[in-house]
Amino acid sequence: MSDLDSQTSLDRAEAGALRVAYVRDEMVQPMEPPVSEGGIVGWARTNLFSSVGNTILTLIGLFLLYLILPGTLNWVFFDAVWSGENRLACATTAQGGELPADWKAACWPYVIAYFKLFIYGRYPDEELWRVNLVLLMFFAGLVPLLISSVPFKRENIIFMLGIFPVASFVLLSGGNLGFNGFLLPDALMAPSAAKFWIDYLILSAIIVGLVYAYMRATDSDPLRPSQFAAIAMAILGVVLLVMSVDFGLEPVETSNWGGFVMTLVIAVTGIVAALPLGILLALGRRSKMPAVSLFSVIFIEFWRGVPLITVLFMSSVMLPLFLPDGVTFDKLLRALIGVALFSSAYMAEVVRGGMQAIPKGQYEGAMAVGLNYWQSMRMIILPQALKIVIPGIVNTFIGLFKDTTLVSIIGLLDFLGMINLSHSDSSWATPVQAMTSYVFCAFIFFLFCFGMSRYSIYMEHKLNTSHR
Amino acid sequence: MSVSQTHGSGSAAAGEKPKVRLLNDPKFRSYIFQGVLVVFLAWLVWSMVNNAAINLKNAGVASGFGFLSNPAGFGLNFSPFIDYSETSSFLDVYWVGLQNTLVLAVVGVFFATLIGFIVGVARLSNNWVINRMAYVYVEVMRNIPLLLQIFIWYKGVLAALPGKRNSLDWGFLGQLNAAGLYAPKPVFAEGAGLIGWALLVAVAVTFGINRWAKQRQVKTGERFPVFWTGLGLVIVLPLLAYFATGMPVSFEYPAQGNFGPRGGMQIIPEFIALLIALSTYTAAFIAEIVRAGILAVNKGQTEASYALGLRPGQTLRLNIIPQAMRVIIPPLTSQYLNLTKNSSLAVAIAYPDLTAIFAGTALNQTGQAVEIIGMTMLTYLAISLVTSLFMNWYNAKMSLVER
Repeated sequence: MSDLDSQTSLDRAEAGALRVAYVRDEMVQPMEPPVSEGGIVGWARTNLFSSVGNTILTLIGLFLLYLILPGTLNWVFFDAVWSGENRLACATTAQGGELPADWKAACWPYVIAYFKLFIYGRYPDEELWRVNLVLLMFFAGLVPLLISSVPFKRENIIFMLGIFPVASFVLLSGGNLGFNGFLLPDALMAPSAAKFWIDYLILSAIIVGLVYAYMRATDSDPLRPSQFAAIAMAILGVVLLVMSVDFGLEPVETSNWGGFVMTLVIAVTGIVAALPLGILLALGRRSKMPAVSLFSVIFIEFWRGVPLITVLFMSSVMLPLFLPDGVTFDKLLRALIGVALFSSAYMAEVVRGGMQAIPKGQYEGAMAVGLNYWQSMRMIILPQALKIVIPGIVNTFIGLFKDTTLVSIIGLLDFLGMINLSHSDSSWATPVQAMTSYVFCAFIFFLFCFGMSRYSIYMEHKLNTSHR
Repeated sequence: MSVSQTHGSGSAAAGEKPKVRLLNDPKFRSYIFQGVLVVFLAWLVWSMVNNAAINLKNAGVASGFGFLSNPAGFGLNFSPFIDYSETSSFLDVYWVGLQNTLVLAVVGVFFATLIGFIVGVARLSNNWVINRMAYVYVEVMRNIPLLLQIFIWYKGVLAALPGKRNSLDWGFLGQLNAAGLYAPKPVFAEGAGLIGWALLVAVAVTFGINRWAKQRQVKTGERFPVFWTGLGLVIVLPLLAYFATGMPVSFEYPAQGNFGPRGGMQIIPEFIALLIALSTYTAAFIAEIVRAGILAVNKGQTEASYALGLRPGQTLRLNIIPQAMRVIIPPLTSQYLNLTKNSSLAVAIAYPDLTAIFAGTALNQTGQAVEIIGMTMLTYLAISLVTSLFMNWYNAKMSLVER
């Protein structure tokens, strides 16, 4: 480069010395590009009218837009009714109102009047702060988790997966669960909360003892695993304790839950329960033990082969049959079990995809440094595999989030169920009622799903470290 | 755990190999682990069956498949191919349900593929308007729950159509109103079967020509216009048969009567709503698959075929599409499966498919939950498994054979 520069400067010096008339000694100013190439016109020429075929396509597209756009905008905004007390605000003259006979547009006051029911369901008014607190905790915990530059990821995950679920369970349902004990025969001690805790202590002791004995039998160091088991049982005990303590909160039956909050509860619980199950199933499917891998394959393929609605039918109709006499499950809990089993199969395939993408050298390296199976999975394979499947997990969550609407078919009043229920209210009954509420519902779902899919694309680009 | 414990201590007591304990032998451990899993599963299944038996006995429900031959006693408003009446048995209900599911799935797959390919190609268009419109279509369709879309079409759009008495006249397509589409009904006179046979023969001959043309191309390098020959055969042969047998097919058009259209064949609004929702929803996913498939073909392929002197149309047809199809087909099949499974949402708007009338109405009438849900799930599972078997076979056939 510098050679070339010195060369040209040399030429220039010679030219200056000789003053040859036909050698230009200064650069010509670049001309403006022709109008037809730059600016809006140029853009339109290359992108819209580059050829006859392209022009025809543009015209067809514009015609389609003309057909769709004005009508939609009028329906949603310009012709829509924005305020009113009851159905008369949105009724045409033929229906007893004052709007012109051919009026057809959205009736927003109906959505405004029902807004609280659509979002919270029939949750008691004076207890709504509990739902709001849960939503606040959820978003306050989720947002920093999604932004990768925010520190304290570990603490954040512990909050979201440990503290938040328990706290939101207690807040939403009121907590104060009654435990009666499960281990000792009733003859020995009458069922009570005290008996439960005695039973729990006995169970913990048995488990810790088993772990200790197993470690001794395999010539391993028994202390650390036993400590681990004891701490795990203690944490579980604290969780159960928090659930059973009476905080003085008014209990709210799940039949009073509903609306968009219920949609969130089902989707989030489903995905949180599906993740560990899915990881176990993915490990099982890749296991070398034939019984384990066969079981995992059958389990995964079964749930992936049937529609979710039959799973929900099964969990709502068949599940009570399989339980011992006297044991009953809440309707919401039954749906949650179905949703969790269903999505765990999909999650397993996502996780398996991530594990397959890990190079074999990582498995061999883990073995070479002397880690056993669980150690190598926990410390080497799964952290890498789970990181690359974050977009896949988000996509599964989007699918699950949309699929939660199906619980309205088995009679739960989620967002869509609440909307369908509101159609039976005659004080807002107009021909546009159904469409208005569905458009509102579609808008909310679009907002959430589109946002999540954008996030998953962003993560995909961020995580894509391959050199292309 | 307790099982492995006793085994471990037992072997330690025997003490044949004091260095390595039996519990530290990976093989032995895996046997123990699998044994525990099998025992646990067996216990789970046994207790579930046991509980179910007790619960059913308490509820007074007879178990077994005997109910299938009992008369169902309810009518159905849609059964295009199978004769069904209120005296038909529950087994007939099952078959009608399966038929309606498959009819919906097949028609839905056809339209979803059509729309999906158009939108997928439009998404890659250089034309900005077309490109953006396809993008908006895909994003809107994918991000709104299917069930909601079904409700929008059924309760929002179709229910808002005019009533039976002033239906919209769509010319040769029939008449549309809130009670559905009254389409022209084909009437087959004697000899119409020959047209069907002619079509079959045309398809068979086309397949034969395709084989022969491939062999010839391998041998001599010459190409034969298989597509145009095939298309000609498929059109001309049935037409010839049609005229040769004296034009035996006619259409019965619906006529506007006092209380709505009469004659023709009525396509119920549930079917139309489901068809539109399923095909437009699935089409959005298919469009993305098509786009990804075409993008997956290396640009060098296009340049190489231009260098060989192929025209753009030939490049697309002979080079790009065959390679893109290899990427497109597997996810496309799983979208077809999704559509079939999603057709079970018919239950929400009472289209008489397998889930709605068998797992819904028949279950409510008989109370045979285990048998009916089991049959329904196994049916869907069978459809899925057959399709994935086909897909595996196809993948094995089409996959690149590397050295």
